[in-house]
Parts: sequence; C-alpha cells; structure tokens
Amino acid sequence: MRKAKALLLWVWNWAVWFWRIISRPSAYLSLGFLTLGGFICGVLFWGGFNTALEITNTEKFCVSCHEMHDNVYQELTQTVHFSNRSGVRASCPDCHVPHNWTDKIARKMQASKEVWGKIFGTISTRQKFLEHRLELAKHEWARLKANDSLECRNCHSAAAMDFTKQTRRAAEIHSRYLIPKEKTCIDCHKGIAHLLPDMTGIEPGWNGAPELQGKTGASLYHPEHALRAFLASIRSP
Amino acid sequence: MRGQDPGGLNTTRRSTVLGAVAAALVVISFGALSQDGASPKIVPRLTGDEPPMADHRIPPLDRPVVDDIRRMRNYPEQPPIIPHAIDGYQLTINTNRCLDCHKREFTEGSGAPMISVTHFQDRDGQVLSDVTPRRYFCTACHVQQTDARPLVPNTFQDANAFGRKR
Repeated sequence: MRKAKALLLWVWNWAVWFWRIISRPSAYLSLGFLTLGGFICGVLFWGGFNTALEITNTEKFCVSCHEMHDNVYQELTQTVHFSNRSGVRASCPDCHVPHNWTDKIARKMQASKEVWGKIFGTISTRQKFLEHRLELAKHEWARLKANDSLECRNCHSAAAMDFTKQTRRAAEIHSRYLIPKEKTCIDCHKGIAHLLPDMTGIEPGWNGAPELQGKTGASLYHPEHALRAFLASIRSP
Repeated sequence: MRGQDPGGLNTTRRSTVLGAVAAALVVISFGALSQDGASPKIVPRLTGDEPPMADHRIPPLDRPVVDDIRRMRNYPEQPPIIPHAIDGYQLTINTNRCLDCHKREFTEGSGAPMISVTHFQDRDGQVLSDVTPRRYFCTACHVQQTDARPLVPNTFQDANAFGRKR
C-alpha cells in the first residue's frame, strides 16, 4: 500500500514538473525556431508515418510472411484476379485493406491481432492454417458484408456494369439482387481469390436468410459431408 | 543359402549367359525387321511438333460455349454439357460450386436446372435425399464445350437414323 502511494506521488510530481516546463514560454529558444521546427518535425513525422504505413500496404510486405506466401498467395496466383486478359492485377491490399484513411487506420489497428498470431504461430503450419481457414474466411466475409463489399466496388461499380455485355444469366441475377441492393458482392462471390474452406452450412447468396428457411432448409443434408464420410469409409475398411 | 552351393551357382551362370545371348538375338532380329517396315503413322499426331523440344507457337485456346442454351443430347445416356463458363468454380472436397445453383433446394433462387434424381442413388441402389458421393464430382461427366474444330471428321449417326422408318 505504502509502495503504491509512493509510486503515485512520484508520478504526480513528475507530471507537475513537466506541466511547469511546457506551460511557460521558452526563455532561450526563439518563437520562429519553435514554430518552424515544430512544423518541420511534424512534416517529417507524418511523412515517416505514412511511408511506413504504405510499406505495410504492399503485396511484398504481405507475402514476406511464409503464412501468407505459402498458402493464400499461391492460391491467388491461380485466379483471374492475378492473371487475366486485360492485365489488371489485384494485389493483397487492394481487397483486404480499405482505401479510405479512417477505415484504413481502423483496419491497421485490428491487424495488431495478426501480429499476435504471427508471433505465437497461430497458423504457422499448413495444418494449422487449414484448421483456421473457415474462421479467417468468416472474418473477411463479415467485414465485406458490413462495408457493402467496398473493396470490390473500388474497381467494380454497379453503375459501370454493362449488363448487355454479360451473359444473360449473370445480367438477370445482377439486376435481381445487386441493383435493388438486396445482396452485396460477397454474398455470392465467395472464394474468388482463394480456395474455400469447408462450406458446410454456408448458403449461397441467392438463398434466403437461414432464419427464413425453416427446418426443411438446405442445411439438413450436405453432399460434402457425405463425400467425406464415404472417403473415410473406403480409406479404413 | 542357394548362392553357397557351387554346382548350383555354375548352372545358374551358364543358363544366364545362354538366356542373354538368345535375348540379344531376338532384339537385333526384330529391330532389323521393324526398321525395314514403315513406322505406323498416327493421325492426328499425338506427340507434338517436330522437333519436340523447340519453341512452337501455341494456338490460342478455343472459346467455351457460354450462351446458356440447353443442347440436345446426342444419345439418351449422354451427360448434358455445361453451356456456361465454369472458370474458377471450385469443386473440391470442401465445396461444390455447381451444387450452389443446381442443388434442388437452390434452384428456385438460381433458376438452374436441378441435378437429375439418378444422382441420388448410391451404388447399392439406395436412393438418398441428395447427390451421392459417387456423383459428387460433376466435371467427371459434365463438360464444357468449345468452338474448336474437330481433329478428325466425326461420322457419328443418331440412333434414329438406323432401323425401320415409320
């Protein structure tokens, strides 16, 4: 108790001393030095901060961790978002980091959990990654659902979509679900850049909400489960 | 141990030498024969261009059929072809993107034709409520078509062209 009191007193004394110094005008340094110096230091700090932030916003930074390079990046290289006829490539941050500054900072704060995961090796092996894939995917689906697929719409805008250039099926589905804002991109377009986790119980976007389907809904029978059970049965006779 | 018996070892060696000579004779005589005869010509060529290790221009891929129009089956048992793009549709042990539209429960939302009930029967004849594991991998039978020119002329005739005409 006495120790805590002493510590509190020490902190208080230190705060008072600091306040006395910064609340008085400088006796030695000129006003010009202080204002200009503050401005230049501010510019340097802000520039440095932003540069560091932008470095963490590159594909090179993302795949510098083996967890990203060996799993999700390899899957991306096989998809249309990596290689296509027009040569436009979406790199990791294009889809996974919001472009708006406040949203970006919020996402970067959340990413501190990813640093935690890196330090403690949460997905350091292929097996661990596969075990966590569903959880990780669900985080991204929830994020894109919440921001109305903002990262998709940075490139793909509904207003710029020419439905006459789409196949009839795509045009019909888009005009039925996308234009009335009934669904958002991620509802249907899951797994476009990475392999999907076990999708048992995850309904496709054009199906109604699970609470509206009742007990006879599609989630009662899963061919994926049946297939896995069958494979297990022939593997261990 | 057989190898420790000197007599046995000798017989083995002798028969081995004889066998080798006979085999060499056979190989040489047949090699000479086959060099005389013309080498079989396979049309179309299956092993790539000559020389095989050179840099050859690869012809562009043919365009897949994506018009969503159901095609007539050429014979009753033919698995219907896929008249739409399936690029990037994942068909793995984790997920089946085909069934996301063609499963019975999802056809109302997607407007896609339901998979046939024949797919519900497992190999013991038991009819399940959905696709059986042996029919799970759709692209084993159902394939996309492209506008590629056939490599060889096709002389297929519909079964209706045979037999007694009405």
